[in-house]
Amino acid sequence: MNLEDIKETFGFFDSWEDKYRFVIDLGKELPNLDEAHKIPANLVRGCQSQVWLVASYDSQQQQIELVIDSDAHIVRGLISIVLAAYNKQSPDYIAHYDIEALFDELALIQHLSLTRGNGLRAMVARIQQLATSIDELT
Amino acid sequence: MTSYRKDFPILDQQVNGAPLVYLDNAATSQKPRVVIDALSDYYHNYNANVHRAVHALSDQATFAFEQARDRVREFVHATSRNEIIFTRGTTESINLVANCYTGLLQPDDEILISHMEHHSNIVPWQMLAARTKAVLKACDVNSQGDIDLESFANLLSDKTRIVAISHVSNALGTVNPLQQVIEQAHDAGAVVLVDGAQAVPHFDVDVAALDCDFYAFSGHKMYGPTGIGVLYGKEKLLEMLPPWQGGGEMIETVSIDNSTYNTLPYKFEAGTPNIAGAIGLGAAIDYLSGLPRNEIEAMEDDLLRLTVSQLKQIDGVRLIGDPAKRISVVSFLVDGSHPHDVGTLLDQQGIAVRTGHHCAMPLMAQLGIPGTVRASFSLYNSTEDVDRLIAGVRKAVSFI
Ligand SMILES: Cc1ncc(COP(=O)(O)O)c(C=O)c1O
Repeated sequence: MNLEDIKETFGFFDSWEDKYRFVIDLGKELPNLDEAHKIPANLVRGCQSQVWLVASYDSQQQQIELVIDSDAHIVRGLISIVLAAYNKQSPDYIAHYDIEALFDELALIQHLSLTRGNGLRAMVARIQQLATSIDELT
Repeated sequence: MTSYRKDFPILDQQVNGAPLVYLDNAATSQKPRVVIDALSDYYHNYNANVHRAVHALSDQATFAFEQARDRVREFVHATSRNEIIFTRGTTESINLVANCYTGLLQPDDEILISHMEHHSNIVPWQMLAARTKAVLKACDVNSQGDIDLESFANLLSDKTRIVAISHVSNALGTVNPLQQVIEQAHDAGAVVLVDGAQAVPHFDVDVAALDCDFYAFSGHKMYGPTGIGVLYGKEKLLEMLPPWQGGGEMIETVSIDNSTYNTLPYKFEAGTPNIAGAIGLGAAIDYLSGLPRNEIEAMEDDLLRLTVSQLKQIDGVRLIGDPAKRISVVSFLVDGSHPHDVGTLLDQQGIAVRTGHHCAMPLMAQLGIPGTVRASFSLYNSTEDVDRLIAGVRKAVSFI
């Protein structure tokens, strides 16, 4: 689902139940990361559940490609949203993208606290850091 | 049945649009008004540093601080007030002992713990072992969540110098057979430290009857403030141990080359102590002592049994551990989901539980699970709280 679809769908929801069901469904659709990549080096620190992040840089398209996975459904749903915002975008776009505004718009902050160990913020920080150090990516 | 909920002002609030159900008591309990008032009274009316001054406020503060020590002594049935050391909490109490033994262990001496321990009863011993080249061993926990006593007996030997074990498991609620463990350890010539963080909030603990050598606990889990805890130690042992931290309060005389140390308990209380915390802890003990503790223990047990039997009826819920004796804690998993998912969905319904490894990663590894959802009860919980939890879990299961 692309970002516009996600925003539109969220717009229909008032109750936390609907939002969470949707987030969990998004999580169920998220492709899994290969088991071989679920290694400590790929773990994002600061998440209560485990979150693995693998990034590569496509120098032809000048895009960062991200694969992120988690062992928790809700976190996987959040990952889908984060990926809709960031995946296959240029380093410059990622560095300047205002993800807090997106979370505000989805009213995610109210319901999905950034501090509650879901590691959303740690994930975002890791992606932003990658965008400013693409030399480290292959 | 008496409800104590009204004694705890924080519980009178809505979380995410529903009345708060607080079931994270094993992490920290809420504070009754009398404890909050005691803290406020101290800072409003007689804040001063203890022990050294000649003025009236200092006298009053010293009196209240030392009275709190007497309260703690009575509370755990210690013989002497010299056996009660104020610390920051269980963690600092255990670190204190582990540090004091640095000069007393030889290479190949052994420290024996269990796989059930909280990290704060593991890591200080690992560090002590690293400093002294002693060996840290851990006895097994079986799938019911009980200590494997055969494994314990096998690992215990005349090399064992220290046995460190929890009274009650924070992850599963298991009440360990301490009497037996302590007797066997003493027969082997080891001293025993008991991590009592999860015991003191729930039942009367008698350190003299247990005959443990050290007993550590935290104020904040037993209705007292954070930042205050206790190390009980047998006087003989505390006399023998060297001080840990150096500074004011713990000395008698100081010259540049040398110091002589203060007597017990002050030898182990370097620096200005947590005066307000100790006074608050004293108030918490007063509060608890005024309640029918046996009745409350039975009530907490009813809540636990009710929760266990109701959770068993929910398809997709798996209870973790079924210890022979357990109090106040129930750990479970929902098939096909991470504990974090369940915790988040319960939070949306105003229900506070804890999720994760509960600072007991070796236990989780031994049980072969990443973590659990943990509900833990306290004297202000009720059957309505259990009903809300069960309804909340049912809803969470339907989402996942
Ligand atoms: C069994 C047990 N031991 C030790 C501790 C550590 O207590 P504190 O963090 O108060 O030092 C806890 C608290 O979570 C505990 O449950």
